[in-house]
Amino acid sequence: MNILEVKHLTKEFGGLTATSDINMTIKKNSITAVIGPNGAGKTTFFNMITAVYHPTSGDILLNGKSLVGLKPHQVSQFGITRTFQNIRLFENMTVLENVLVGMHQNLKSHWIGTLLQLPHIRKIEENARTTAYDILNYVGLENYVNENAGNLAYGAQRRLEIGRAIAAKPKVLLLDEPAAGMNPKETERLTNLIHDMRTKLDVTIILIEHDMNLVMKISDSIYVLDHGELIASGKPNEIRNNKKVIEAYLGKGAVSNG
Amino acid sequence: MTSLSAFFEKIAQSKKNQIILFLTYVIVTGAGLFLLPDSTIAFLLLLFSILILYYLNLNLRAKWVTGIVILAVVVPFIASFSDSYQTYMEVGTLVGIYCAMALGLNIVVGFAGLLDLGFIAFFAVGAYTYAIFASDQASKFMPFGHYPLSGGTFWIFIFIAAIVAAIFGILLGVPVLRVRGDYLAIVTLGFGEIIRILLNNMDHPINITNGSMGIASITPPSFFGISIGSSNQFYYIAFAIFLLVIYVVRKLEYSKLGRAWKAVRDNEIAAQSMGIPLVKTKLAAFAIGASFSGMMGVVFAAKQMFVDATSFTYLESTMVLVMVILGGMGSVPGVILGAAVVIILRTQVLTNISNWLSAMSSNYGISIPPALSPEKMQLLIFGILLIVFALYRTQGLIPHKNRKVDVAKLKKESEQAALTRKKTASGGADS
Ligand SMILES: Nc1ncnc2c1ncn2[C@@H]1O[C@H](COP(=O)(O)OP(=O)(O)OP(=O)(O)O)[C@@H](O)[C@H]1O
Ligand SMILES: [Mg+2]
Repeated sequence: MNILEVKHLTKEFGGLTATSDINMTIKKNSITAVIGPNGAGKTTFFNMITAVYHPTSGDILLNGKSLVGLKPHQVSQFGITRTFQNIRLFENMTVLENVLVGMHQNLKSHWIGTLLQLPHIRKIEENARTTAYDILNYVGLENYVNENAGNLAYGAQRRLEIGRAIAAKPKVLLLDEPAAGMNPKETERLTNLIHDMRTKLDVTIILIEHDMNLVMKISDSIYVLDHGELIASGKPNEIRNNKKVIEAYLGKGAVSNG
Repeated sequence: MTSLSAFFEKIAQSKKNQIILFLTYVIVTGAGLFLLPDSTIAFLLLLFSILILYYLNLNLRAKWVTGIVILAVVVPFIASFSDSYQTYMEVGTLVGIYCAMALGLNIVVGFAGLLDLGFIAFFAVGAYTYAIFASDQASKFMPFGHYPLSGGTFWIFIFIAAIVAAIFGILLGVPVLRVRGDYLAIVTLGFGEIIRILLNNMDHPINITNGSMGIASITPPSFFGISIGSSNQFYYIAFAIFLLVIYVVRKLEYSKLGRAWKAVRDNEIAAQSMGIPLVKTKLAAFAIGASFSGMMGVVFAAKQMFVDATSFTYLESTMVLVMVILGGMGSVPGVILGAAVVIILRTQVLTNISNWLSAMSSNYGISIPPALSPEKMQLLIFGILLIVFALYRTQGLIPHKNRKVDVAKLKKESEQAALTRKKTASGGADS
């Protein structure tokens, strides 16, 4: 079953076409990678899905419903959350609070209830903290609960972004270069985490990544962008041997791997 | 030196020592004010005990109770022996009023990260709301009702003004939220001036505000028939509202809404991508922040018994902002301290220095031009203070600290929850 469909998605910035006529179908509970050289339009593609940018033309369908024209927070409420290539944490809030913000849309604690100290609202907040702690435990940050997010090491910040994104209980999770800046050991942990999230959280994952080892190991299918155009798509094996892709992108990597 | 630091360490370790030392301080400074009833310094030293209390390592509730007792009983009681009793209580009332306002602005600037340079407008709205109906001004344009309303309505007007100010907060918010950063600051500055100019000119075609003449003979509040007119009575009203405001701010700061404000402040795009509606969240900050000012506006109008637009100039907006920045943006105790420091500087310290200087000049023939008296140089002095803080202490007097959670307790709860989940799951499988 397809959960996400992208049809003829195009984004122009003035004269520059960042993405052009992209079509995609994403299967429920799959892991999909979007790859391509720098400036290929990958982040722009994510920004359109999450309504940070509005597409110039084309459509995005989540379970058959169009997301075009929604506000970013509505897209999140519909079930798509993301991480950011240039990390965007709430730096002056604690690690735990960052995850609590992620849970925002699922918390039924109205501020008037908070002021009146209604017992069920207090219970909701208490449970939320426990759940947030569980999430931190899950992404391996249980030792940094009270730390300010801005003080975390780079790899830990990336994991916190994932924690915050899954706290919103998304149906589709978008990861923009989650392994960027990570050492091999951290990348391995991340790979396991992504695998585990797919099964445990019943989430569909789309990731942008430059680390080809990770991409080939983890993806069910791969889409390749170059200069805003979709030049190839298929299973990892097909992409590995696709001539166009090797030319556009994998050229160097394929040689050094071989 | 070492023995001194050892001494302090010992005090910090023992609760009993802390309490004894603190009580000694209160008694000594209290006796000081009693013996030197007209000494501003003695008065300030006694007030300083609140700051010491804040830093004591004691149970939170005990600290609150002690603080309230000192401010509601000890200080007014000792001050009542002084000839300057009403002056002291007047200062206390002003501190209460401006603390509440600064806490309101702190929601907008400190929590939500929206610079507002016209914040005094909401104070004006609150003041005029009461002034118009508690004087015969309302009869000049209202087709029905008898004005002035009785002093008993004062208490209702505190809440009405909160709502009216909140509505103005939203009115300001709607156009303002389209702009960001520096533009936002300019637009809010403009809004503050527009409100002031409107109040100054709304005497025609319909006379709503009585224009630049202001509104005089505002009915004093009454409490079960007792008319409230002196500063020591207004002190308790301001103090009560101030406590209410602290309660609200403290609860909101770590609520879902408070987190949303801070998330928007730290990163707008990420906040939206986590399901936080930007406009609603910002409007809530404007509305709630404004409502505190509106409430205190009513107290101000009732206390002065006269309002006109000159009390609500751009300088006043700046002063409230100085309180927030000086105290520490986003820091509730800091902002309270900032407000107290600014008010005490303005009303006590600067005037005292001015008086002292003029006494010097008449006694010793040193002439200081009146234009250079510290009282007149407020803007310069606060300007310098701001620059110093921006350079050397950007976090303010009491920097904001995030509340920490008890991790051990969380861990335990999390394990417990996992256990019950497991049990219900296996129970479900058995049946
Ligand atoms: N807001 C914007 N305004 C103008 N041009 C933009 C904007 N955002 C992206 N672009 C341009 O669109 C193109 C695609 O950028 P995008 O960030 O999507 O690339 P990317 O595939 O994510 O690259 P990288 O691998 O470096 O992250 C680039 O040429 C970029 O300069
Ligand atoms: Mg990118």
